[in-house]
Amino acid sequence: MIVDLPSSTTSAVNRKLVELREAGGVMALGRVLTLVIVTDDGGSAEQAIEAANAASREHPCRVLVIARGSRQAAARLDAQIRVGGDAGASEVVVLRGYGPLASEDAGAGMVVPLLLPDAPVVAWWPADAPAVPSDDPIGRLAQRRITDALSARNPTKAFEQRRSGHVAGDSDLTWTRLTHWRALLATALDNPPHEPVTGAVVAGEAVSPSTDLLAGWLAVRLGVKVKRSPSTAGGGGMSSVQLARRSGSIELLRPDGRTATLRQPGQPDRMIVLSRRGVPDCLAEELRRLDPDEIYGEALAGIGLVSRGRSPVNLVP
Amino acid sequence: MTPMPTGRTAGQLADGWTNPLRDPRDKRLPRIAGPCGLVIFGVTGDLSRKKLMPAIYDLANRGLLPPGFALVGFARRDWAAEDFGDVVLKAVREHARTPFRQEVWDKLAEGFRFVQGSFDDDHAFDQLARTLHDLDRVRGTGGNHAFYLSIPPSAFPVVCKQLARSGLSAQDGDQWRRVVIEKPFGHDLGSAIELNEIVNEVFPEDSVFRIDHYLGKETVQNVLALRFANQLFEPIWNSHYVDHVQITMAEDIGLGGRAGYYDGIGAARDVIQNHLLQLLAFTAMEEPVSFSSDELRAEKIKVLNATRLVGPLEETTARGQYTGGWQGGEKVVGLKEEEGYDPESRTETFAAITVEVDTRRWAGVPFYLRTGKRLGRRVTEIAVIFKRAPHLPFDATMTEELGQNALVVRVQPDEGVTMRFGSKVPGSQMEVRDVTMDFGYGTAFTEASPEAYERLILDVLLGEPSLFPVNQEVERSWQILDPVLEAWAAREDGPDPYPAGSWGPDSANRMLARTGRTWRRP
Repeated sequence: MIVDLPSSTTSAVNRKLVELREAGGVMALGRVLTLVIVTDDGGSAEQAIEAANAASREHPCRVLVIARGSRQAAARLDAQIRVGGDAGASEVVVLRGYGPLASEDAGAGMVVPLLLPDAPVVAWWPADAPAVPSDDPIGRLAQRRITDALSARNPTKAFEQRRSGHVAGDSDLTWTRLTHWRALLATALDNPPHEPVTGAVVAGEAVSPSTDLLAGWLAVRLGVKVKRSPSTAGGGGMSSVQLARRSGSIELLRPDGRTATLRQPGQPDRMIVLSRRGVPDCLAEELRRLDPDEIYGEALAGIGLVSRGRSPVNLVP
Repeated sequence: MTPMPTGRTAGQLADGWTNPLRDPRDKRLPRIAGPCGLVIFGVTGDLSRKKLMPAIYDLANRGLLPPGFALVGFARRDWAAEDFGDVVLKAVREHARTPFRQEVWDKLAEGFRFVQGSFDDDHAFDQLARTLHDLDRVRGTGGNHAFYLSIPPSAFPVVCKQLARSGLSAQDGDQWRRVVIEKPFGHDLGSAIELNEIVNEVFPEDSVFRIDHYLGKETVQNVLALRFANQLFEPIWNSHYVDHVQITMAEDIGLGGRAGYYDGIGAARDVIQNHLLQLLAFTAMEEPVSFSSDELRAEKIKVLNATRLVGPLEETTARGQYTGGWQGGEKVVGLKEEEGYDPESRTETFAAITVEVDTRRWAGVPFYLRTGKRLGRRVTEIAVIFKRAPHLPFDATMTEELGQNALVVRVQPDEGVTMRFGSKVPGSQMEVRDVTMDFGYGTAFTEASPEAYERLILDVLLGEPSLFPVNQEVERSWQILDPVLEAWAAREDGPDPYPAGSWGPDSANRMLARTGRTWRRP
């Protein structure tokens, strides 16, 4: 069900939410968190809502969407409430602010009365994010702030901002996209021979924040020299990791962006699907952890330890 | 003060090697099984098609299986390798929880093998051994293999002997061999000990994984979280406040088509001995020192050792057998008319027992366990019923409709927790009535929470034993139940008939009424 409340106020929205609950029991009260999505009005808002609805099947939540309209327009708040089939397992409130209501401060002011009592608040900027999310009025309300440098207009600049402005509680989907890679590498080291890693090379697209981040993570965790190189592979994003050990290297290669090969000395090549993860999948993972991700913070700091390689790494599939 | 770490820390392995890429703070990193393969005996069976194969695909789809994972089917059916692949594909398409992705399937299917043969066929097991060696070479399974015996227990001895004879059960150095077995773990204490001996002769106890799929369920694991992570419940989780506990596992389906397994076994052996006593252990156990599997099992064994039947058994137990009738708009037949059953069958399809846990915490609190087929609806729940408030400053008329407070853990379906307590009815009069407060994992979210079999198969491959009962638990459970089975067998009358779709025979109600209690309608 979708209820439109044009030219409205947040107290009217709150009243309507209670009314809907009493009228049809359409909304359960078992929401575990409030997810605040900050975006510009338009198609990207719908995509973000869809991702949130998918994630809500795992994490029932209230989703507040701040869709910023034109700043030139007259001050107006158009609200929309979606519940039931139109909202996955969540309840969605879309707040379209125009004019002065499209500013950051006004956005936070609209969010506060609609936050669920006691439940954690997660802020998510699906595209462009403030330079320092924790300083943003909405970012300050949240204990977890999720950004996505790759979806920003300028990923390199956005990622630089993530590095310089990081505080505990921030995380970026460039990190979430690495989880499968990291898990495969960690599992490879779980198995014998248990030898120390003596060096690592990480290769990927020239502009690939995830690749940098993986290199940073390895540098911090392994305490060895890690090189970040470009790659000849056309698959995009990360393409290979090589961990050098005395008995030979462990290699995880993904030339086509879909299927990876795990290569270890004295063992047959093993193939596994390692596609790039979609945003809904990443968001669901993010919502699983509401405490600060210290490992991510360390990996960001570790990028400074990584040396840059110039010659591209050739992947032999 | 920082507590001293007990046992291994995250990332630390048995030989003292610490994996530098693992960190206990890194909670995103899932544990992926190391290189390994799974062999399923009885791969043509229902369980294999409906649960095991889909679970394996779901694990692969979630990226939790190792690259190069191998699945070997063993059955008498004269299949080519492709036929086996088709059967798995069909099972996955029909029953998998996660969406079908061709690329995941393709990579998984490369590791499928099928070995045809019967259990007494030496040649077939030699062929199986060659297949596994070949997989080690081609797929890199590293000599690590789990054998899933999805077969009747009567076939265990011969399969175990064959595995030993063909050298498949021998583990050396870094390689592991594990065996997975399903209930029934025997039909009484004697047969359970015998079965354990047969299996332990070939596989050491730490390589034996007994599946009780209830323990793989989120809600059961949540009982521990509910009790030990909260301050709210544990203080009242004892005989001072708890009046009694009811543990129910009800099914609305009948037993048609399962005559071969069920006739002569009955509900008590099928469900109470394993599932319900395990649920009781989780509900009643003391807080483990840590969540390591050893500590957890130690507490479960302690509480099972303290559990004893309440007599006299003819009054404190009940058994029933469903009769034909209309159930939920459908005409159904009674057990005696079901195909394959003895028309004089004395097999019980409903069983209820009363036990007590002889500890300071639970002294005097009865635990009522019941299970049955063709009951009102399919439900499994643990209901902790509290005593009435010692003093009510209300007139009797005000609290007429106030029942006992209850905390109900809904194990399945509609997983969640319900609390029941009194609340004032709105109006000018003081009137108190029961209301419920509900926490639901919610039916809509179950797609995100893994199936029990996914969790359990992954734990087998990881060698993580917490959720699997050990032989001591199995044997103790039989010890608890055996006197009931003997008492029932000794009686001349058979189980009490109850109409399909009801909540069991009258004797079940009488068994609670003797102490002034009633069954909850779940």
